[in-house]
Amino acid sequence: METIAKSIWKRLPLSSNYAVAYAARDSDVDEIAAYPITPQTTVVEKLSEFIANGELLAEMVHVESEHSAMSASIGASAAGARAFTATSSQGLELMHELLHIASGMRLPIVMSVAARALSAPLSIWGDYSDVMNTRDTSWITIIASSAQEVYDSIVQAYRIAESVMLPVMVAYDGFMMSHTYEPVFVSEKAGLFRDYIPRKGRVVLDTKKPVTMGAVANPDWYYETKYQQVKAMSDAYGLSVEADQTFSKLYGRGYGLVEEYNVDNSELVILTYGGIFGTVKQAVDEMREQGIPVGAARVRLFRPFPLNELRSLLLKSKAVAVLDRSFSNGLPVSGPLAVELKSMMNSYNINVPVYSYIVGLGQRTVTEADISKIASQALSSKVSNESIYWGVRE
Amino acid sequence: MPLRTIIRPILHTSFELRWHGRGGQGAVTAAIIVAEAAIFDEKYAQAFPEFGAERRGAPVKAYTRVSEQQILTRSPIIAPDMVVVLDTSIDEKIYLDGLKVGGTILINSSKGKSELKEKIEREDVMIAKVDATHIAMDELGAAIVNTAMVGALIKVTPLAKLDSVSEAIRENFKPKIAEANVKAAGRAYNEVEVLN
Repeated sequence: METIAKSIWKRLPLSSNYAVAYAARDSDVDEIAAYPITPQTTVVEKLSEFIANGELLAEMVHVESEHSAMSASIGASAAGARAFTATSSQGLELMHELLHIASGMRLPIVMSVAARALSAPLSIWGDYSDVMNTRDTSWITIIASSAQEVYDSIVQAYRIAESVMLPVMVAYDGFMMSHTYEPVFVSEKAGLFRDYIPRKGRVVLDTKKPVTMGAVANPDWYYETKYQQVKAMSDAYGLSVEADQTFSKLYGRGYGLVEEYNVDNSELVILTYGGIFGTVKQAVDEMREQGIPVGAARVRLFRPFPLNELRSLLLKSKAVAVLDRSFSNGLPVSGPLAVELKSMMNSYNINVPVYSYIVGLGQRTVTEADISKIASQALSSKVSNESIYWGVRE
Repeated sequence: MPLRTIIRPILHTSFELRWHGRGGQGAVTAAIIVAEAAIFDEKYAQAFPEFGAERRGAPVKAYTRVSEQQILTRSPIIAPDMVVVLDTSIDEKIYLDGLKVGGTILINSSKGKSELKEKIEREDVMIAKVDATHIAMDELGAAIVNTAMVGALIKVTPLAKLDSVSEAIRENFKPKIAEANVKAAGRAYNEVEVLN
């Protein structure tokens, strides 16, 4: 295994932005549409370099806004190209209406998102407000917690997208991951993923064989077309499991849909998503050393929601503290993951105390000490039924 | 005076570094070069800037973690094992903030031992100094001291091999200026002094 690994991988110091670019290159994308000014990231800079060097044969389409970036991706994908785009923060917001069109037209676009806070007040820092706003857009959503996972997830995303014909978003922490350099194994062999993400025939825009895409649907057909998206999202669940397991078998790295860490024999599980999971794991190690029975888990696939994995996690958990880096204002429990977990538990008649914490908004620092304090508060069970805005100055 | 090398062994936990410079001096690039070089040496490393708007001349912080094991945490470095100061005009309160007891300061300075010790006022810390501005002016013709400071750093604390640092420099700079920077790093590696 070691020798095989050495011959196909090169270990490089990369930020998550660069890991995205390498993954798009190694997925052999055909078209990249990007608004090249802030909040764009270094993802498309690196991709431009790959195109200029001849390492990637693709068309870079510079557009005047993110709205146009997604429009161009939709056009390219409809014409049969393997389309890729990248954005962040307000850029994702500006794309919003097109996100529905991409998924409604069942186009297998893959997009990376460096998850960041939203204005106002203006913040260039990280949280998940942008990504959580897209929950209802019918995009499959993966949230990675390391640069390696970002790389692997982009490749997996094409396998999922092109099997189920829904677009996939791969999100990761703005700044805390997008600008942090860490070791990543990238393919050293051209075409390593060729069989994993094969070119499949599909219905495309072709003047010789005309089809209509994105047509008007009157009340007699709109509902059925939307229901097909529901079925597709449901199929995406199994396909996401398959894509990860096959990737793991072929390339030696897999993540599952929910990652667990020291959950056995715990009195409390800290559940979160994204890069903060690393800090949580570190805090769990430190607490375990002191004999505090705490475990951790993270949701890697946010859409479709990983019901089976979370159900199995909850059946092992005595209490759960959910850390959200976003909030849905106006709800007593406002953390998106906490809300969805509670709704799921209700459907499955699972009754475990769930405590909702809002942390790291606009990149407010979260350290191991914060995690330990949250854990000891949650273990005391003297926790509000409503979301706790951790560390906020009232 | 012979240099004391391998002053601090790399422990199982991460070795945490904080960089202090001013916008334009290349503190962020230095933090990345050290992480890259450590990764080339099959170690684990993380490098990240202090996130914020970038302005030339403004005080800048950057961070590097190096470890023999996978690094889990993504929290900022609050209590560094070492600080590297690219610009002496930065207030010592800023760069001494949180420095661990028994930690190390590597400073770009042409000043003597007594003057630096008086300024730093911490008996527990080890002070290393190198005149990186002088080296950078000689080798690059500009006071961009980051690569010289990296060279000095890996002599004081062997986080990466000098060859790996040279490789990382070549990855980060255009060929025209890469070799001068490699030379600056090598000179600083030889010229850095430990003061106590």
